[in-house]
Amino acid sequence: MKEMICINCPLGCMLTVDDSDLSNIKVSGNTCPRGVTYAVNEITSPKRMVTGSVKVTGGNQAMLCVKTCEAIPKGLIFDCLEVMNGVTVQAPVAIGDVVISDVCGCGVDIIATKNIPKV
Amino acid sequence: MTNRNLVIIGGGPAGLAAAKAAYDCGERDIIILEREPELGGILNQCIHNGFGLHTFKEELTGPEYAARYIEQVEQRGIEYRLNATVIDINKDKQVTYVSEKDGLVTIQAKAVILACGCRERPRGAINIAGMRGAGVFSAGTAQKLVNIQGYLPGKEVVILGSGDIGLIMARRMTFEGAKVKAVVELMPYSSGLNRNIVQCLNDFDIPLYFSHTVTQIQGKDRVTGVVVAQVNDKLQPIKETEQLIPCDTLLLSVGLLPENELAKNAEVQLSTTTGGAVVDENLMTSVEGIFQCGNVLHVHDLVDFVSAESENAGKCAVEYIRGGQICKDKLTINCTNGVRYCVPTVLNKDEVYASQSFKMRVANVFKKVELAVFADGVKVYGKKRPVVAPGEMENITLSADIMKVLKNAQSVEITLIKGDAK
Repeated sequence: MKEMICINCPLGCMLTVDDSDLSNIKVSGNTCPRGVTYAVNEITSPKRMVTGSVKVTGGNQAMLCVKTCEAIPKGLIFDCLEVMNGVTVQAPVAIGDVVISDVCGCGVDIIATKNIPKV
Repeated sequence: MTNRNLVIIGGGPAGLAAAKAAYDCGERDIIILEREPELGGILNQCIHNGFGLHTFKEELTGPEYAARYIEQVEQRGIEYRLNATVIDINKDKQVTYVSEKDGLVTIQAKAVILACGCRERPRGAINIAGMRGAGVFSAGTAQKLVNIQGYLPGKEVVILGSGDIGLIMARRMTFEGAKVKAVVELMPYSSGLNRNIVQCLNDFDIPLYFSHTVTQIQGKDRVTGVVVAQVNDKLQPIKETEQLIPCDTLLLSVGLLPENELAKNAEVQLSTTTGGAVVDENLMTSVEGIFQCGNVLHVHDLVDFVSAESENAGKCAVEYIRGGQICKDKLTINCTNGVRYCVPTVLNKDEVYASQSFKMRVANVFKKVELAVFADGVKVYGKKRPVVAPGEMENITLSADIMKVLKNAQSVEITLIKGDAK
């Protein structure tokens, strides 16, 4: 049995997870179905959303904020940040624009989370 | 002097939602005054995700959440001024701002919504002894430096305070290559969300010391270390437990205070508990036609709740502009036995009986309690809660029938019933 806090939303449900049988993980304490998915993933392959920023030129801002369009394996967080650190994009940029595609080969794109017009 | 029906001060989440709602109630003569070069307020620097689950049913980053509201304001053609700092408001609702573009301008408003947010408690407010080297920042300042300007303010970091901004910045600084050596929390619990302790500290093995504080800052030109000590149950540092943590940066995440200098100029009555205005159920302050919403009124946990409150303020301001009834007879709600405050703070003793929600905070962590409302000593409402904590705003909604009882009572009390019934 394991206890964990669901990080899907600000509620932060305290989950009790029975992982004695990895093919049949039992979860209780969740308020919504996302809690079950979170607990199972956390036991089998934990994932996190990554938010950060990349340099941008040609706009009215120094930095463009970005996010992974879905959660990536926890072990890839710092590799992903390393890739972001080497990227400079050119304004204009719109929310949802792909800034880095298939980051670290994990199949997830990094997308812009701010509109930066060209100046 | 120009004339405007509605002047909204602040173009952050509160101001944007208020403007949108006012427009949707039919008001067209609106202007938003924003001191920053863009709309969006503090959301612009909150680049992490977790915003909007209530409002948009999806998880957005701060700038994405802001963009949704900015878009709605733009679509409606609501006027706004950027780089425009309001320097004065008086009780006659004359608003004076300065901007490079417009110079010094005074607007005579029919109604004003103060949506100017809050600011961080600084080092001076908590009296940390020690030297005055560079490297002490409020967490929000560090957030702006990293996320907006692209500067890393330090490499070896201690964070005082485990509120959400402190936790978020622990992860953010780690992401940018800094080493966060400890998060130090005075209280025996965190005022931040559990999810943030998990994903911002535990994920990166950052230690969190409860019942500890920073007793000294060392370093003449630049911070070289901070002395951390355990505190006793009176929150006083225990000398023998002092230890030096070498670091070059101290971030302070020690609370937020509504920014109410303008409200004071307008002679708005402020609450000594929240630092925000005393408002009635229409979010009107003690000065007729001046309204407050968002973090300038009381500090919220979630921006979604700021948006909802502010839309209500926008609606109420329009009703006022159209000549809605003003009730002079007000009843102050007493908050007792662990309830620190509630919003609204006063009730109009009019004959408007509509369902009404109350937001409140408690003073401590309490388990198995009942949030109860009494009218003239008689319990009219109760809500059982397994646990309440200062970091989590509580919300109750009273029916029109209960509101009728409250508005006709001589005294109204919101309280916590702990254990056995009162």
